Amino acid sequence: MSILVVADHHNSELTPVTANVVAAAKEIGGDIHLLVAGENCQAAAEAAAKLEGVSKVLVADNAAYGHQLAENVAALLAEIGKDYSHLLTGATAVGKNVFPRAAALLDVDQISEIISVESADTFQRPIYAGNAIATVQSEDAVKVITVRGTSFDPVAETGSAEIEALDKATDAGLSSHVSEELAASDRPELTAAGVVVSGGRGVGSEEGFDIIYKLADKLGGAVGASRAAVDAGYVPNDLQVGQTGKIVAPQLYIAAGISGAIQHLAGMKDSKVIVAINKDEEAPIFQVADYGLVADLFEAVPELEGKL
Amino acid sequence: MKVLVPVKRVVDYNVKVRVKADQSDVDLANVKMSMNPFCEIAVEEAVRLKEKGVASEIVAVTIGPKTAQEQLRTAMALGADRSILIETDEKVDSLTAAKLLAKVVEEEEPQVVMMGKQSIDTDNNQTPQMLAALAGFAQATFASEVTIDGDKAQVKREIDGGLQTIEVKLPAVISADLRLNEPRYAKLPNIMKAKKKPLDSKTPADYGVEVASKLKTLKVEPPAERSAGIKVGSVDELVDKLKNEAKVV
Ligand SMILES: Cc1cc2nc3c(=O)[nH]c(=O)nc-3n(C[C@H](O)[C@H](O)[C@H](O)COP(=O)(O)OP(=O)(O)OC[C@H]3O[C@@H](n4cnc5c(N)ncnc54)[C@H](O)[C@@H]3O)c2cc1C
Ligand SMILES: Cc1cc2nc3c(=O)[nH]c(=O)nc-3n(C[C@H](O)[C@H](O)[C@H](O)COP(=O)(O)OP(=O)(O)OC[C@H]3O[C@@H](n4cnc5c(N)ncnc54)[C@H](O)[C@@H]3O)c2cc1C
Repeated sequence: MSILVVADHHNSELTPVTANVVAAAKEIGGDIHLLVAGENCQAAAEAAAKLEGVSKVLVADNAAYGHQLAENVAALLAEIGKDYSHLLTGATAVGKNVFPRAAALLDVDQISEIISVESADTFQRPIYAGNAIATVQSEDAVKVITVRGTSFDPVAETGSAEIEALDKATDAGLSSHVSEELAASDRPELTAAGVVVSGGRGVGSEEGFDIIYKLADKLGGAVGASRAAVDAGYVPNDLQVGQTGKIVAPQLYIAAGISGAIQHLAGMKDSKVIVAINKDEEAPIFQVADYGLVADLFEAVPELEGKL
Repeated sequence: MKVLVPVKRVVDYNVKVRVKADQSDVDLANVKMSMNPFCEIAVEEAVRLKEKGVASEIVAVTIGPKTAQEQLRTAMALGADRSILIETDEKVDSLTAAKLLAKVVEEEEPQVVMMGKQSIDTDNNQTPQMLAALAGFAQATFASEVTIDGDKAQVKREIDGGLQTIEVKLPAVISADLRLNEPRYAKLPNIMKAKKKPLDSKTPADYGVEVASKLKTLKVEPPAERSAGIKVGSVDELVDKLKNEAKVV
């Protein structure tokens, strides 16, 4: 059995989730190869070679893969993927975009966002916004899987795999990259942060989020938000936590001014410790909070920041 | 330009589903079913394209039981011109759904297939990408803004670090994210009119597609429950608990 892990990366760096995906691959067992498809992505390939358990890093360095366009990367995966028993990647924006396309080209189903490996063909995945956990078994020759990073502890960076160049270029000519608006931030990445401080509609405005950012910075954490806060324009879309946003499982999750809708809980209820600050003592968020504080967030959040 | 909108009947997003005692599945007896919220956004986007004069015809399609007609009627009340029900009581996995939709695409030859990015029951987020692969179309997933310009579409997409704009050649599959638009409600006169719009009934066999899956669900369990926590009386008490009990700061 050999497994191909497809790296999530920004050419110049590997995103942390790749180390979690390799951990899932190790649980399946077998020889693990890692593919870095990108443009000028040598740095990401070198970082990937350090991931423990990886025996070989394949690098497809070509302009066609520079922006991870689904049509091009999926075609590459369909070509080289059929020689593997499993294809794995993180359930990231790129993984979710590319992998189902590759699965269909390989004429197999995809198993989305697994949270545990039961055996080489059996996995668990959440359905219905995490209100049920399905155990699914695949009989497909190639198992195409996306992995929820927070469910697997990352492997160490102690390896030294060989790096091999892949001379491939598949440009389907169907799509092209125009531009990107990326939020620049010195804070840790939301899905990998040890602490996440999230604000909801209760924060009331973009300026109101200042106290959320301050508390996050004090704790060295990332900032998250509910859909209501994103829809209202208080924060950018990529901060949304939930069923249809990011899935986080930090050591500490602080929710301020968030009511606790099931769609929000789906994204954070695996956090180790949950703190809720809400002025409504009936808010459903208190049902999952380890520590609930019934208070006005505009008083409690700055006070907490000051006392930590 | 024709727009095809695949819509899915799912449990209403307000329902908190429970797992059956025999762990075979979730219990969907007597729960409210609705159109998948992301599909509503897709229908809305198609209707706006028609209102702008970009689209000329909107065809809604669903794969599901006879009762899924309700969702097609909703789509038509919102503005779809006609619809197709591919009737089956079997569970259809994403690949099979995509294969059936690819046949519909072959027959209808739409320039745009507007879909939801994920359905809120299985949370798979894969049918649009699979359909695009099988049809040989470009794909623009997680769309938050769509501009059609001749034989191309510019699509702003929600990605991990922010937003990305890509250009795709038509025909293409576009999947809607939450912030693409805010769907309207169907007005009563339109609901009445929708009852008279054409609804074609087909079966998977009509398209020569066998409903089979290599993916078996062995069991469905409730998630581990969090044990109930406590309420603290003050910020001081909270800081004390975080430091000395939870030891996370
Ligand atoms: C298809 C679909 C997908 C969705 N996906 C997501 C998702 O991924 N993530 C997500 O978060 N939501 C998602 N939602 C939306 C979700 O259903 C809720 O609407 C949303 O989470 C509510 O956000 P909120 O808790 O910030 O707002 P509200 O529910 O309005 O809650 C605001 C809370 O703030 C409290 N508050 C107000 N002022 C103060 C104050 N001064 N001090 C303290 N507390 C205060 C109030 O008591 C209230 O509890 C989705 C919905 C749908 C239909
Ligand atoms: C009670 C029940 C149990 C099920 N159990 C399983 C199971 O165990 N394993 C399994 O693989 N599947 C199961 N299914 C089928 C599953 O719900 C989906 O129909 C299938 O997996 C495809 O949808 P998706 O969740 O992948 O869609 P997604 O890829 O998440 O949906 C994205 C978009 O695809 C389109 N779309 C998806 N499905 C349809 C459709 N039927 N008709 C029209 N458009 C559609 C919509 O535009 C939708 O917004 C079950 C269905 C039911 C009703």
